[in-house]
Amino acid sequence: MITVVRAGPLTTIQDQGRPAYGHLGVPRSGALDGPALRRANALVGNPIDAAGLETTLMGCALRFERGARVAVTGAVAVVKVDKEPVSGVIDVPAGSVLEVGRATRGVRSYVAVQGGIDVEPVLGSRSTDTLSGLGPPKLVDGTELAIGVGAEPVPRPGLQPDARSRPNRLNKSDLPDAPSHPSRLNKSDLSEFDEISDELELGVWVGPRDDWFEGNELFENPYTVSPMSNRVGCRLGGEALRRSRPGELPPEGMVLGAIQVPADGQPLIFLADHPTTGGYPVIGVVDDVTPLAQARPGSTVRFRAFH
Amino acid sequence: MRLRRAGASALLIECGDGDEVEAWRREVSNRRDAGDLRVIDIVPGARTLLLDGVEPGTDTLIASWPPPARPTPEHREASLVEIPTVFDGDDLADVAELWSTSSDGVVARLVETNFTVAFCGFAPGFAYMRGHELTVPRLDAPRPRVPAGAVGLAGEYCGIYPTASPGGWRLVGHTTTSLFDVRREPPALLAPGTRVRLVAA
Repeated sequence: MITVVRAGPLTTIQDQGRPAYGHLGVPRSGALDGPALRRANALVGNPIDAAGLETTLMGCALRFERGARVAVTGAVAVVKVDKEPVSGVIDVPAGSVLEVGRATRGVRSYVAVQGGIDVEPVLGSRSTDTLSGLGPPKLVDGTELAIGVGAEPVPRPGLQPDARSRPNRLNKSDLPDAPSHPSRLNKSDLSEFDEISDELELGVWVGPRDDWFEGNELFENPYTVSPMSNRVGCRLGGEALRRSRPGELPPEGMVLGAIQVPADGQPLIFLADHPTTGGYPVIGVVDDVTPLAQARPGSTVRFRAFH
Repeated sequence: MRLRRAGASALLIECGDGDEVEAWRREVSNRRDAGDLRVIDIVPGARTLLLDGVEPGTDTLIASWPPPARPTPEHREASLVEIPTVFDGDDLADVAELWSTSSDGVVARLVETNFTVAFCGFAPGFAYMRGHELTVPRLDAPRPRVPAGAVGLAGEYCGIYPTASPGGWRLVGHTTTSLFDVRREPPALLAPGTRVRLVAA
């Protein structure tokens, strides 16, 4: 059992989400920085789809009733056990408090606990969907969380990256499909990871509704991440995108990474909790939204077109 | 029909009307079930069908298929969902005025309609049903709270709120039928393609 000592502004339980229910209006949800959660799970020997915690900017603090093996990935933040800084794969003793500090780079930290966070799955996922309300409620101070059983203790892996300079990008192919082989993540894999940056360059597949716009503002100007961003979408501010035709688009299906353009011309990039349909035209689709999960308000985003 | 790319792994099939969307939805679903096509999510919209989670080359594959036949009464699935409805909505009189009829006239129109779920969206289990062939504008200002089970009209669609939420649809009635339950499989009572009748209760 884990007791939440300090929940932070928005700490939720997340796994890899609930895809394939979009036709019923159910958002995909899941960890915004999916690779970071997968990596945390791999470090503690969890299956790739185990549920962990996603914090937002301010981290969280957790008291462990029993000893547990834990890994923290994602944002750059100081991690402590009973006020002592720790890193890598952490064995938290019974009765101790794990503190994930304020993010100094990036936004979201991921806490994986060996065995996974055990809450009742909803439509095959333990993720909190902040748009529809499906899944467990967000954590509050005093929330008690069960740890899953079935994960056998694994030998402490040789890999122990420094938690404060941890990279967070990982290709699916770098991770074992099955649990229990975290040692297969070798250092040469990790050295290729991008640092979390305040200047993002994102690849964009143009369309499906690029013909609703004129001009090339999206690719010629930098945009700034708005503090209004959340798990539903990353709001940007900058040069307004100009419509070549007025009117509303009949509602149509939306994909992860869709750059939706409402009437004010300021783009909104859909993240994991995005609605399944929408009536604003989508000028393009961001190929990989992972960097946006860690983009702090004020970060600069530049777009590069794929053709 | 026109195909549009929606990112690296999704395609949008653009159609002329809702019947064509439904025809493509059935075609693509059948081909997926038959193993001809790999796709994670098939999401209809008002005039489009989104195929999300497809492999490279799917656009060429789809372009090689003959256009599917438009739905006819014989095509329609046997399943019919009846929704017992009390027609006591706050906007019934306004809708009657918009349609130049009485409140009873609105109810008669709705209970005689063979609805088809065109698509879902807005909230889990919220179905956009079409078939009554009359439109109404949304409210100028959405209500801050519409109760679960409220039956409303907006644009060319009829919809039922699965859960309480803010909403701008014009309310004509309510039902106690459960529209979305995560313990059910499928969780939504009304999925795209489902035929629906509103039955006066």
